[in-house]
Amino acid sequence: MDNKYLKEEIIRMSGVNPKKCMKCGKCTATCPSFDEMEYHPHQFVYMVESGDIEPLLKSESLYKCLSCFACIDRCPRGVEPAKLVEAVRLSVIRKQNNNHLKADDVPALLDEDMPQQAIVSAFRKYTK
Amino acid sequence: MQRIGVFVCWCGSNIAGTVDVKVVAEALKSEPGVVFSTDYQYMCSQAGQDLIKNAVKEHNLTGIVVCSCSPRMHEATFRKTASAAGLNPYMVEIANIREQCSWVHKEMPLGTEKAIILGKAAVAKVSLNTPLTPGESPVTKRALVIGGGIAGIQTALDIADAGFPVDIVEKKATIGGKMAQLDKTFPTLDCAACILTPKMVDVAQNENIRIFSYSDVEEVKGFVGNFNVKIKKRARFVDETKCTGCGACIEKCPQKKVPNEFNLGMDNRRAIYIPFAQAVPKVATIDPDYCNMLKNGKCGVCSKFCAAGAIDYKQKDEIIEEKYGAIVVATGFEPISMDKFDEFAYSQSKDVITSLEFERLTNAAGPTAGKLLRPSDGKHPQKIVFVQCVGSRCSACAEKGKEYCSKICCMYTAKHAMLTRDKYPDTEVTVFYIDVRTPGKNFDEFQRRAVEEYGVNYVKGMVGKITPEGDKLKVRASDLIANKQINIDADLVVLAAAIEPDKSARPLATMLTASMDTNDFFTEAHPKLRPVESPTAGVFLSGTCQGPKDIPETVSQAGAAASKVIGLLQKNKLMGNPCVASSNQLMCNGCSSCERVCPYGAISYEDKEFPGPNRTVKTRRVAVVNPAVCQGCGACTVACPSGAMDLNGFMNTQIMAEVDAICK
Repeated sequence: MDNKYLKEEIIRMSGVNPKKCMKCGKCTATCPSFDEMEYHPHQFVYMVESGDIEPLLKSESLYKCLSCFACIDRCPRGVEPAKLVEAVRLSVIRKQNNNHLKADDVPALLDEDMPQQAIVSAFRKYTK
Repeated sequence: MQRIGVFVCWCGSNIAGTVDVKVVAEALKSEPGVVFSTDYQYMCSQAGQDLIKNAVKEHNLTGIVVCSCSPRMHEATFRKTASAAGLNPYMVEIANIREQCSWVHKEMPLGTEKAIILGKAAVAKVSLNTPLTPGESPVTKRALVIGGGIAGIQTALDIADAGFPVDIVEKKATIGGKMAQLDKTFPTLDCAACILTPKMVDVAQNENIRIFSYSDVEEVKGFVGNFNVKIKKRARFVDETKCTGCGACIEKCPQKKVPNEFNLGMDNRRAIYIPFAQAVPKVATIDPDYCNMLKNGKCGVCSKFCAAGAIDYKQKDEIIEEKYGAIVVATGFEPISMDKFDEFAYSQSKDVITSLEFERLTNAAGPTAGKLLRPSDGKHPQKIVFVQCVGSRCSACAEKGKEYCSKICCMYTAKHAMLTRDKYPDTEVTVFYIDVRTPGKNFDEFQRRAVEEYGVNYVKGMVGKITPEGDKLKVRASDLIANKQINIDADLVVLAAAIEPDKSARPLATMLTASMDTNDFFTEAHPKLRPVESPTAGVFLSGTCQGPKDIPETVSQAGAAASKVIGLLQKNKLMGNPCVASSNQLMCNGCSSCERVCPYGAISYEDKEFPGPNRTVKTRRVAVVNPAVCQGCGACTVACPSGAMDLNGFMNTQIMAEVDAICK
C-alpha cells in the first residue's frame, strides 16, 4: 500500500482533516500518556498530513494512547488527534484480522481500581 | 423614440486586443433607436469626451451608450460629459466590455460577440431611461460619537477642532475607556494615563464638545445629515452641575464592599464613587445596587457631608433628544469571559488572571499600588507563566472562543513579560506562544528585546492544563521545538484573553441599521478603500468596534473617521442618489416584505385613503420609501410580491429589456 493511499484511507476512516491543525501543540501539552508515547499527538497529526505513516503503523504509541480524548476536547481548531491515532490503530488491527480482546475475557481482567472508561478504551484499542 | 448614440472604446489594446471594436460599433448601428455609432481609442480622454459632446449636438441624441470599462471606473466621467452636452446625466448607460468581456476572454470572435450582446442590452436599457434629478436634503452640523474611549475621544477632538459641535455618549461614569485601565503602552512604554488623561481634559475643556456620561443611546431615527437621536442619561443621583469632585462623600460612605469594576473586581470601592482620580467628568456617581439609602432609605451620609449639596436621591433618568448630521460608532471591546476555559483554572484560582487584570496589578493606581503581588496571598510571584491565544484563533470552540486573531495580545504579552523582568529581575518569566505576530512599526524589535535583553523565556507550544496545588499552579505545556512536554510550578499565570466587541454594539447596530459581521464587529463600506465608513450613509466607524486593533491604529482610524465626518458636516446640502426605490401605492398590499429586507431602514408604512367602488373610500396600509435613506440596492424590488416596488434607473421593465436583448 503506498503512502498516499494509506494517508487517504486514514483520513477517510477518522474523518479528520489534519490541514486544520495550526500547530499550537495544545494536544501534546494535554496528553496524560505523553511520557509513554514515542510519537506525540501533534506528531501524529503532522505525520499523517505529510504521509509519513509507516513509522506510526509500527509504533507502540498506538496502544499507549489512553483514548481519553483530552486532545480532542482541548484542540482549539477541532482537529481531533485521538481519532487519527484510532484510525491508524484500526488499520493495523484490521490487517491482522483479529480481535485482541473479546467481551468474554473482560471479567477475568477486571480490577476494582480500573475505571469503566478503561474498559471502553480497551475495546476501542484492541478490537477491529 | 429615443435617438441613441453608441460609443465603443478601445481602451488602447485593453479592449481592442480581444474585441473587434469596429465590428461592435457597426453591429450596434442597426439596433432600434441607434442613430449614431462610432469607436475611439480612449473615450475617457478629453478628445473622446469631445467626440461624445459633438455627436450629441450634431445628431440630437437623447441617450448615450458607452461600451467601455466598468461603470465604477468612468460612469461619473461620462455622466458629466452628457451633462456638459446638455443631456440629463442619467441618460447614459455603460456596457462593461472590459472587465466583463475583453479581460476575461482570449479569442477575438468570442469577445466580439459578447461585446455586441452587452452593447445591445445597454441600448435596450437606455431606450427606457428617463431623466432623473437627485433630491437635496439639509445637513445638521453636529456629530454624535458613541463611546468615550481613546477612539471616541480622538474622533471628537478632531471634529471639534474643525469647528463642529460634537456630543460624546459614554455608558460608564467617566470617559477614558480601556486605555485608562492600562499601565504602559507598547512599543514605547509610555504610561497610558500620561498620554490619555491630557486628552480627556482637552475633551472636557473643548467648547465644542459635550459629554453625556453614564448614558446610552436609546433610539436613532432619520438618515444621513438628519439623524434624530434619543439619549438616556441614567440617574447618577448626583447633580453634575454642583458636584466639585472633592471626594468627601466617598470617604464617608459606609458601604465599603462594592467590587471595583475599574480594577476588575480585584479590590473594593464605595457605593458612591469616582472611577479613578483623573475621571472626566470628575463627578461622583451612586451605585443604586449597593447604596443603602436608595435600597432601603437608611443612610444619607453622603448628602450630609456634601458641601455643594449635589446629592439628589430622587434624581430620575433623563431623555435627551438631539439632531445630528453624522454618527461615529466607537463602542470598543471587552476581553472574553475565561469562565468556560476549565483547563486554565481561571475560576478555580485567584492567581490565574487575565492580561487586563495584570495591567491593573502593575499600575501605580491599581489595587496593589503597582507592586506585582499575587491576588491570593499578596506574595511576590517568582515564576510567572503567560499563555497567549486564550480563546483567540479558536475555531472549534465557538461557545467560548473566537476564530479570529485578537491582534494585540502578542505585543502586550511581550510588554508584560519585559516589564516584569525589568522591575523584578529575580522572577522567571515564560511565555507560551503559537505564533508571535508582531507586524507594526518597531513591534518586532520590541518583542525581540524582551527575549534578548530581558531574558524572557519564549516557548513555542501551548499550555494544556493548569492545576492549582497548594500555593502553586501546576502548568503542563508542550515545547514543540524540543518535542517535549514540560511542567512548571508557577506562582502566577496570566491569560491573554481574546477580545470581542462590546455587548452594546449589537443592539446599537440594529438602531443604526449598520451591518455587522458574524463576530459582531461593524462592517466597513469597503474593506480596503472605505475602512472608516459603515455601508449606512452618515454612520462612521472608529476603533475596535470595527475589528481588533491597537492604540496607534485606533487613533489613526479615529482621525480618519473624523475627517470623513468633517467632510460631510461642511456641506450645506446633500445631493441624493436619484436611483432610489419607490412604491406604486395602487399596487402595494402593505405586506411588509420590502421593509423586512431593506438593510437601511428606508421603508415605512402609512395608512392612505383610496377611492373604492360606488364613491366609497378605502383605507389601506402602503409602503413609503424615504429617498434620502434609500441606497438603491434593489432588495425590495425583488422581495415585493405584487410588483409595486421599482427602482429608478433600474426599473423592472429596463432589466427585462436588457435580458430580452441578451437572449434574443
